[in-house]
Amino acid sequence: MGRMTELPTKGGFSFDLCTRNDMLLKNGLQMPPFRKTGTTIVGLVFQDGVVLGADTRATEGPIVADKNCEKIHFMAPNIYCCGAGTAADTEAVTDMVSSQLQLHRYATGRESRVVTALTLLKSHLFSYQGHVSAALVLGGFDVTGPHLHTVYPHGSTDTLPFATMGSGSLAAMSVFESKYREGLTREEGIELVAEAICAGIFNDLGSGSNVDVCVITEGKTEYLRNYQLPNPRTYISSKGYTFVKGQTEVLSTKITSIQPKVEAVEGGDAMEE
Amino acid sequence: MALRGDWMYENNGGTCVAIAGIDYCVVAADTRLSVGYNILTRDHSKICSLADKVVLASSGFQGDIRALHKNLAARHLLYQHQHNKQMSCPAMGQLLSNTLYYKRFFPYYAFNVLGGLDNEGKGCVFTYDAVGSYERVGYSTQGSGSSLIMPVLDNQLKSPSPLLLPARDAVTPLSETEAVDLVKDVFASATERDIYTGDKLEIVVINASGIKREYLELRKD
Repeated sequence: MGRMTELPTKGGFSFDLCTRNDMLLKNGLQMPPFRKTGTTIVGLVFQDGVVLGADTRATEGPIVADKNCEKIHFMAPNIYCCGAGTAADTEAVTDMVSSQLQLHRYATGRESRVVTALTLLKSHLFSYQGHVSAALVLGGFDVTGPHLHTVYPHGSTDTLPFATMGSGSLAAMSVFESKYREGLTREEGIELVAEAICAGIFNDLGSGSNVDVCVITEGKTEYLRNYQLPNPRTYISSKGYTFVKGQTEVLSTKITSIQPKVEAVEGGDAMEE
Repeated sequence: MALRGDWMYENNGGTCVAIAGIDYCVVAADTRLSVGYNILTRDHSKICSLADKVVLASSGFQGDIRALHKNLAARHLLYQHQHNKQMSCPAMGQLLSNTLYYKRFFPYYAFNVLGGLDNEGKGCVFTYDAVGSYERVGYSTQGSGSSLIMPVLDNQLKSPSPLLLPARDAVTPLSETEAVDLVKDVFASATERDIYTGDKLEIVVINASGIKREYLELRKD
């Protein structure tokens, strides 16, 4: 019998290894943890557009993996997206939709719309049934005006005047619920977003370090990286640390000299015709 | 784990450090009390002054730690009544070990570091696990930030191995100010990377003149 015709590879996850994974877990294997961003991300609509905000701490369990990461991702010149959840997932999904939007802009010859990004994100996340752990706050300004949406890992979305996501979302939402009103000015909007992120930074252990802000208005986007730095290091030893030779114990030394190169013979290359 | 009906413990986080010097002992712990991703309070002391020359720092489950400190304080009072003197650090060390092992099959979820001056006035640090295994050392750390701090102390304090013969002193030759400076720096570093460590640092120094307390602000995020 000849070989069977190869089936074309399907897209999506291959679940072939699930039984083998189950067996390994039963035998006591520890799966490596994902890096989650344990985050506070927020967005609000003000009179001229939207303001997005995020903290900058990425955690791996109880340890801070990155003290100053970027959680506000570029989607289009007029659309930005904050991401909470598994760092690889938020990064991958925003990069992918950003590329798709760019191709779409070339095809249509128009500025991208927020609902386009929204539909692309939600259909991708829904098709992965929640396994892509990305919780997003999507905001932008297009021909139809300012828009703010939240996207959940399973693919549902909400359209809101103000929104928070991540482990610090309750702390941030408490600030928004007290102080938000319609028709905020740009300065008021930025200040309120910064205050909400700070609430997450100081009251949620999964969030911390600095405040990033992004202001999107008609025809103009300002990405204010590290808008506030409310957590400087409190103490640094003036003595410093010196590492003298011998502080690290050398157990043994072996020196191997490099062999001299063998000269290649000129002419007569076997590969040539 | 918390979903099980029978899980009796909770980890309130935090880190403790103790360093023994020639004629002093530094015991320090942060003051943050947390549960899960929340902060319960920024100003909770994990350090208990048990006797004139003995200080205990514990991290872990505060419910058990409170009970343990109360237990030891009561036993110390009894000792004073019976022997007409304060307990020495090595004596308290043994008492703590026995108290912990007494609950071997329902342990105190407490990770302890005992610091003080021994009978000769030299710095004395004992480190424990949850069920009472202990050892006299030159320095130690316990708690959520311990794996971040221990390698730095190993590098800077370079105590001789307890396996070497003849037995050499494990105490550091650093001065009191240098040791306190090291503790502050090491905690500031641990605060950067451990989410459960922060808010404020309480530093207790025990020397011949008594017990002195100092505070340092740490990052609050």
